[in-house]
Order: sequence, then C-alpha cells, then structure tokens
Amino acid sequence: MSGDRMAKKGGNMSTLSELLIIAVGSALVSNVVLSQFYGLCPFLGVSKQLKTAGGMGVAVIFVITLASLVAGMIYRFLLEPFGLEYLKTIVFILVIAALVQFVEMFLKRSIPSLYQSLGVYLPLITTNCAVLGTALTNVQEGYGILYGVVNGFATAAGFAIAICILAGIREKMRYNNVPKAFQGMPIVLVTAGLMAIAFCGFSGLL
Amino acid sequence: MDLQAIMIAVIMIGVLGLVLGLFLGCSAKIFHVESDSREEAILEVLPGNNCGGCGYPGCSGLAAAVVKGEAPVNACPVGGEAVAAKVAAVMGVDAGRSERMVAFVKCLGDCEKAAKDYDYHGEADCRMAALLPGGGDKSCNYGCLGYGSCVKECPFDAIHIRNGIAVVDREACKACGRCVAVCPKKLIELIPCHAAYAVACASKDKGPEVMKKCKAGCIGCGLCKKNCPADAVEIMDFLARIDPEKCEKCGACAEKCPKKVIAKP
Repeated sequence: MSGDRMAKKGGNMSTLSELLIIAVGSALVSNVVLSQFYGLCPFLGVSKQLKTAGGMGVAVIFVITLASLVAGMIYRFLLEPFGLEYLKTIVFILVIAALVQFVEMFLKRSIPSLYQSLGVYLPLITTNCAVLGTALTNVQEGYGILYGVVNGFATAAGFAIAICILAGIREKMRYNNVPKAFQGMPIVLVTAGLMAIAFCGFSGLL
Repeated sequence: MDLQAIMIAVIMIGVLGLVLGLFLGCSAKIFHVESDSREEAILEVLPGNNCGGCGYPGCSGLAAAVVKGEAPVNACPVGGEAVAAKVAAVMGVDAGRSERMVAFVKCLGDCEKAAKDYDYHGEADCRMAALLPGGGDKSCNYGCLGYGSCVKECPFDAIHIRNGIAVVDREACKACGRCVAVCPKKLIELIPCHAAYAVACASKDKGPEVMKKCKAGCIGCGLCKKNCPADAVEIMDFLARIDPEKCEKCGACAEKCPKKVIAKP
C-alpha cells in the first residue's frame, strides 16, 4: 500500500490511511469469525434467515463499537494509572456485561423502535466472545481510544458481513438435496469452512 | 507482589463493581418501563419452549400479543386447552372451546396408486416441482407430490413422506398450520381431532378423468352421500366432503365408497 507516499503529505493523512488499513484489515482480511473464530455461536445459531441475521449483525455492530469505546476509556483512565493492566480481562467482562444491560434499558425507554428491531439479540450479545475479544485485541495491539473504536466498528462490520453471507447461503441451501449424514449443522460447518477459505483471498489486499 | 498492590487491586475492582451495580440499579429505576404484570403471568403459564407454533416470535411474543388483545387466549397450539384455561384465568375471560385440531393430507395416491406423466429429477421441493408443466410429475394435478416441503417445515417432526405421499403423525401434530401454508397444492387441512372420517382426495376432475390418473381418487359418484344417514356428506366439483359436525361416525360412507378414499384420519 502507498503508506509512505501518504505519510509525506502530512500526519493527518497518514492517520486516516492507517485507520482505513485497520478497518479493512479487521473487517475483511482477519475477519473476526472466519479467520479468528470468535463469536461462532451466534454465527451458526442465528444464521437461518437473512432477516434475523441482519438484525444480529446490526446489534453486534452497535454493541462492539460502544464496548470498544468504554473498555478503551476504562483501560486508559483506570487500569493504566493504577498499574492494574493484568486485570483487564475480568474488568472488561464486568464492564461489557453492565454496558449491555444499560444499553438495553436505555433503548427500551428512549428508542423503543430500535429496541424492538434488535429484540432478543441485544441480551444475547452479552455472552458473545467477539465483544470481549475485540476489547482485548485493542489493548494488545496498543490502539488508542479512536483507533480502538474504529477497529471495533470494522470488526463488528466483518461479523455482520459474514453472518449475512452465511444466512443467504443457508436460505438457498434449504432447497438442496443434502446427503443424510451432512444434514443440519454439518453442512453449515462445511459451508462456513469454505467461506473461511474464500476470505483467505482477502489477505492479498493489504 | 506486596500487600499494597493487592489492596489496590481489590479496592479498585470492588469499587468498580459497586459503582456499576449502583449505576445499573439507578438506571433501572430511571429507565423503568411500565410493563403489564399480566404479560409476565402469561409467560409463566406458557410452555416456554419458544417453538413459534403460534406464529409469534417465542412465548414472550405471544404473551405480549395476548395482553394487547391481538391473539386469542387459546393461541398456543402446544399447550392446548390446559394452557388456554390458565391464560384465560390471567386475562379474566372465558377460555372458550379450544378444539384440538390435527393436520390431514387429502391424498392417498401413493407410488402404486397414482400415475406419473414423467420423471422429475429436480430439487426435492414440492414448490419447485409444482411449477413444472402439469403442476408436477404426478398425472393428477391435485395430488401430493411427495417431495416433502411440509416435512421440512414441520417443527414437531409430525409429518413424513411414506411411499410418495405425506402422512401426518396425529400424536405429534400440534396443528400449528405451517404445513398447510407451505403445501403448493393446498392439500393439507386442519380438521377437528374427533372427526372419524374424511375424504382423502382433493381432485376436482370428473370421474373418468380421475380413474385414468389414480386408483385412489374420488370420482364424485355420490354413493357416500346417498348412504349417509346424517346428511353430512356433500358433493361439490365431483368431490365428496364430510362435515365433521354433522357426521355420526357410522362408517357407512367409507364402507360404500368404491374407491376407498374415505379414510379414518
């Protein structure tokens, strides 16, 4: 990529291009489900219909972006000053669970229409390991708060892309003659595996 | 690690937990939404396996719909009358008569009895097959194609393809109506569980035509109508139909039927 050339034009531009690289990288190249294997449970469980998969995708984007912001702030302003970085996992679990609970209450009261459309997926995401995984990755990679939020949004968008594609395939697959041994979950896992191979093609992107 | 570091960690996590707990508790009060207590009470008595048989997303969906008055108190097909009575008690209305229904496939033309116009090798789905010329490979335009769209749709594993036609397992059927909706031939009907006899054919062709296509087709001869003591049989479009409310379960129709299409469902 032309990172060097852009860096010469000024610091602002290079930040932007770096953010873009992070976004594309975590959305497509190292896709959260298909190459890191986070969040497989909702990926396989809620991908029967395109409509519900879309709802799940939107809910995940919403929660992960917010969780990246809050977890990043907690790490920066609470854990680092006290030298408690080693407690990040347990603190993030605590914070994310509380955050999702709060978001659910807040939406129910303030934006009932969004609450209705996210439905049961919102509380389900509390236990989605992709949320915690993203928060921890942000810390591991040394992303600041802004980079972390962008990375979180892109990771979640990658999840939404993957689950929507799988749901589309599964909707079409219902009309196929699947051998008895492969019916149900096995064929879905095979499909997910083939999708993962296809997503490997994105690694040439960066 | 000295004691001080441990104390900092303990206090830090403890305070964080306390703050989050207080925060959640306060926001639960601030953002409290009046929910109907009846909704929770109904949710309590529903089976709770979220099958979606009622057509709402899960038991909580049905509970909300019942409270709003959108769904009847006996809308849960799984719980049956027992649950309907409990829901009715919560809502303070009369449960009404909730008759147990079962799905019934109006076709007996299995592989031996029904003729085929051609061999079909496409996708094993009735909705696909029904789009082909002549409404599928079966000679009879009204009969069960036997590619099992209803089987795939059934959440209770209550309908199966036996020898080329769909057969309902009456014990397992919860009358959710999904098979009725999916069948491209409109062959499946919900009938009262107590119905003793029903005509297992949907062909509206004339008698000679039916005879050519299927050995188990109603030819509209009217022998059942003539022999019914209760006047429960009607012939319309060369097809007999038994009214389960009038039927006295004597079995005269089934005995006289020359094609043996009047079946005990």
